[in-house]
Amino acid sequence: MKALVSVKRVVDYNVRIQVKSDGSGVVTDGVKHSMNPFDEIAMEEAVRLREKGKITEIVAVSIGSEKSEETLRTALAFGADRAILIKEAGEVQPLTAAKALAAVFKKEGAQLFIAGKQAIDDDANQTGQMVASLLDIAQATFASRVDVDGGKAVVTREVDAGLETLEVDLPAVITADLRLNEPRYLKLPDIMKAKKKPLDTTTLGDLGVTAAAGIKTTKTSPPPSRSKGIVVKTVDELVAALKAKGLL
Amino acid sequence: MSKILVIAEHAEGKLNASVSKTLAAAAKIGGEVDVLVLAADGAAVAAQAAQLAGVTKVLVVNNAANTQALAALLAPQIVEVAKSGYTHLLFPGTTFGKDLAPRVAAKLDVQQVSDIMAVHGASSFDRPTYAGNAITTVEAPAGIVVATVRLASFTAVAQGGSAAVETLSISATLPGHTRFVKLEAQKSERPDLQSAARVVSGGRAMGSSDNFKIIYELADKIGAGVGASRAAVDSGYVPNDMQVGQTGKIIAPELYFAIGISGAIQHLAGIKDARTIVAINKDAEAPIFEVADFGLVADLFTAVPELSSKL
Repeated sequence: MKALVSVKRVVDYNVRIQVKSDGSGVVTDGVKHSMNPFDEIAMEEAVRLREKGKITEIVAVSIGSEKSEETLRTALAFGADRAILIKEAGEVQPLTAAKALAAVFKKEGAQLFIAGKQAIDDDANQTGQMVASLLDIAQATFASRVDVDGGKAVVTREVDAGLETLEVDLPAVITADLRLNEPRYLKLPDIMKAKKKPLDTTTLGDLGVTAAAGIKTTKTSPPPSRSKGIVVKTVDELVAALKAKGLL
Repeated sequence: MSKILVIAEHAEGKLNASVSKTLAAAAKIGGEVDVLVLAADGAAVAAQAAQLAGVTKVLVVNNAANTQALAALLAPQIVEVAKSGYTHLLFPGTTFGKDLAPRVAAKLDVQQVSDIMAVHGASSFDRPTYAGNAITTVEAPAGIVVATVRLASFTAVAQGGSAAVETLSISATLPGHTRFVKLEAQKSERPDLQSAARVVSGGRAMGSSDNFKIIYELADKIGAGVGASRAAVDSGYVPNDMQVGQTGKIIAPELYFAIGISGAIQHLAGIKDARTIVAINKDAEAPIFEVADFGLVADLFTAVPELSSKL
């Protein structure tokens, strides 16, 4: 059984992002990028499922400029067998991404689509759900535990009320939450091996996908800054200050 | 004029508090606002929704398949209702709404706007990106607007409405590929984290789940909800549904205590809209002090019990 794992290249999670002064976006040139942390978890889960004999092949897929090849090489170092880059220089919003990923999923005849629950740049949290919707297959989002057996997956999900468990028939989409696993540390020999693994390139057009009408960003601004507060020396001072503001 | 459909979140016959905040966003857009209740038997929930201010009509779909809120089953029903002339579909920005809304948007072939935090017009909204470090003003494309609402940015609408309740029958066929197994809910007497006026959170420096009791004591003293940083959750001190931050809950209480929390970007994303932030941390260099209105550099194991005893 084949699994498709989608990975996205994003500004590294540790970077303090800068909003451009003209309001046109955030500074991404010359800023450290890496694989979206939730996608690392998705990759790790796929590799673990293969180690348990539940899946046989892992195909990593990404959409973006040629720089996303780097992210796919990282996925190959994790243990993906091969990679597909859907080359597109411009911005790709979730519905268009989902259409392309659904097309690849169908073409590959995969049974499991694993993705991160959200990308830490657009914070949309949409793509996995949209892939499932377009393919009319089951979805198990925000997964913190996945058991695959036969034609089914039992998935525990992180929901507001606690932990919910669903049973879904395959094919299905699973999106990974932070607590699903701890991604492995990539070793140099694996990184070297990844350079020789196949990486194919395709385009939205090749997949028969036309971009859906997009959401237009008219302005990007920094969040209102909080004014620096005061440091109190004792608990008594803290209590007095909070009482003076009517907070206690 | 806009015709807005708000999708109701509910459990065990009770309307979720997220709905009244979603209605507040709907009110900012303006126009007719209907609430859709999908349930096994939605009468009780519909009655609660009908009392909320600004609701024109409550639509109820009763079906045993709706006993649990499974996105794959709810989505085709919502799509069918949506096609009867709605301009907007609004979902609460909870795990319920985040799971469901994109499934509906894809079926309607529209891009979805996630986490709207301000309304500028019928199709213009502000939403946070990069863990809340950039706010983008966006224009939704033509066609039906599908969006989730960031609860921390809106104040719940008042009670006092008396909307009509109407039962709908739906012809959509529902898939059989998804089955509910169980829900392990955390039961707590404390106020709900997402609607509490006061919240006390503990971080990695708490050191153990036992030590968290001083957080609970302080919280109980001031009637606060209890939250946690990711580090505290990952260390197993508290369950995951208490996590506050980019990947946990986004909250906006009047008063927030960050105790033993360093203040990583991802945690700050969840508390930026708190009215007043108090930090207690022994590391004077911790980034949390950059956003705290009141900071106390002290050992939390002496400061927090002392604070509780003085309240």
